[in-house]
Amino acid sequence: MAALISAQKLTKHYRMGDETVHALDGVSFDVARGDYCAIVGPSGSGKSTMMNIIGGLDTPTEGRIVIDGNDIGEMSDENLAVFRNRTIGFVFQSFNLLPRMTALENVELPMIYGGVAPAERRERAAALLTRVGLGQRMDHRPTQLSGGQQQRVAIARALAGQPPLILADEPTGALDTNTGIEILALFRELNREGVTIVIVTHDHEVAAATRRTIEMRDGHIVSDKANDRSARHDAHV
Amino acid sequence: MMRTSDLIASAANALRSNPMRSALTALGVIIGVASVVAMVALGSGAQAQVERSIASLGSNLLIVVPGAQRGGGGVRAQAGAGGGWDSLTIDDAAAIAQVENVAVVAPSQRARTQVVANGLNWNPQVEGVTPSYLEARDWQIAQGRMFDETEERQARRVIVLGATVADQLFPNVEPVGQMLRMAGGNYEVIGVLESKGQSGLGTDQDDIVLAPLTTVKRRISGRRGRGDTVSQISVKAVSEDALTLVQEDVETLLRQRHRTREGEDDFTVQNLSSISETAAQTTQVFTALLAGIGAVSLLVGGIGIMNIMLVSVTERTREIGLRKALGARQSDILHQFGLEAVTLSVAGGIIGLIIGVGGAWLMTSLFNLPLVIKPETAAFAIGFSGLVGVLFGAYPAWRAAQLDPIEALRRE
Repeated sequence: MAALISAQKLTKHYRMGDETVHALDGVSFDVARGDYCAIVGPSGSGKSTMMNIIGGLDTPTEGRIVIDGNDIGEMSDENLAVFRNRTIGFVFQSFNLLPRMTALENVELPMIYGGVAPAERRERAAALLTRVGLGQRMDHRPTQLSGGQQQRVAIARALAGQPPLILADEPTGALDTNTGIEILALFRELNREGVTIVIVTHDHEVAAATRRTIEMRDGHIVSDKANDRSARHDAHV
Repeated sequence: MMRTSDLIASAANALRSNPMRSALTALGVIIGVASVVAMVALGSGAQAQVERSIASLGSNLLIVVPGAQRGGGGVRAQAGAGGGWDSLTIDDAAAIAQVENVAVVAPSQRARTQVVANGLNWNPQVEGVTPSYLEARDWQIAQGRMFDETEERQARRVIVLGATVADQLFPNVEPVGQMLRMAGGNYEVIGVLESKGQSGLGTDQDDIVLAPLTTVKRRISGRRGRGDTVSQISVKAVSEDALTLVQEDVETLLRQRHRTREGEDDFTVQNLSSISETAAQTTQVFTALLAGIGAVSLLVGGIGIMNIMLVSVTERTREIGLRKALGARQSDILHQFGLEAVTLSVAGGIIGLIIGVGGAWLMTSLFNLPLVIKPETAAFAIGFSGLVGVLFGAYPAWRAAQLDPIEALRRE
């Protein structure tokens, strides 16, 4: 079976004034279906650029990246929007829930752009909120929810389009330690159920909770190794 | 692709979340549409009023009066031989009756005299007419009857009253069959005219007494001038199309009979429908002017929408970034923000229409004008406000659609 993500010699250059910044400088890696991996690195390492390209928000300058059969570099803006809707479930550091909508409506949002019929949408959103433990708070607005609850809503939203890949950007960054551990536990459960998850973070403890850590620095991958089970176990205690 | 129902729900949700701002933004359009609707209704009302009062003077009607018309102004007496106030005669009327396409000819002699009945005095306009006068003027008898040819020829002392005169002299009794005194003689009231209201010039057309032409010539206006002159000849053409032709023919005929040349006429032929056309045009220009002022305020309302939509796009940059990350296409964002602008302006248009109709009703009842709301005015108001929304919402929506999702998500 082909890898879910297959990146070959990815390069991304930005022009900043007179200088060219090499955010990615020939990066190659694969992520298999069902994997749970972390991309770590300090700011400026290129991990955010990596995330934007995996998420279909940006395209590489050179190289090739194919996700679930979609060649990101070859797609039009319109097709990238469809790709993001069907293939990627985003989870953000600051949750990014729309404040004037209820939890249920927030979860429905990606399905609106996916053209799912209202009745089915509602049913699926309710099931997902129940799945992340918020069955009793579907009609709450984001301001009525705690940070951990908001992130759970965001995870339910990421799952709404039944995407093959969840892409999380510092998902625990705005949460206290215990709540962060709960969110990571939820990710692990989802991964056990077969969802592929990529977390982008600067936090090595978060990375240790995954199965595999890809470390980046100055636009290169400096290490790519499986995490041992005991470390993962420790992180959840 | 987003469903239309979701698009509408999303726009409504966004507008509801900031009701004060939405209301104030729509207010610009509300005022614009309300003023256009009210002004057009008022102008149409004035126009209808003018048309109605001119129609009450009679349709397809030419009025021949003595004296020449100077320029566009009034009628003046022609100095010199043959000209003057007594240049028209009953024989002229008889000759006009032979002109092609003339339906009715009615010579009349005007007089002013006091009438007395039951100790009440009144000073109406007394018109000596032939029985055909009613047909020429499209007037109707409300009670009793008109005098006939025999009574006219025999100069009988019978009269028909206008509604105002009847009300003034006989407030409590049936006027028909009553007697009144006029210029030293007793006259029997045999009929009352139907009310016609004010003319376009503001004179009361019901303040009139109709008497047989011969009676007026012999007994009331006295022996001033020649015995067979008349102060006016009403000529009714068979159709509106024939009116201009009849006017030319009558002018030619009278020039032959009076031995005058064009430019030296001692008579004037007035075409009432051309007067009414001029009056209608004047009110039309007036209406267009008022509507134009309203349209300017609608434009200002549109600029208000654009302003607020631009602010809204800036404020909701993060939301736009998120929506794009979740799979919204450029067209989805474009439609969402465009629809918000159109919803604002169309809602403003509908509210403005209601207020405009209310305002028009108030003003027309104040100025005693008929209320004329044409359905196309309503359709235009709503359609135009929608257009304003599209035009002024397009740029902010385009800006929103063009936002880079990475930049947008990074924005706090």
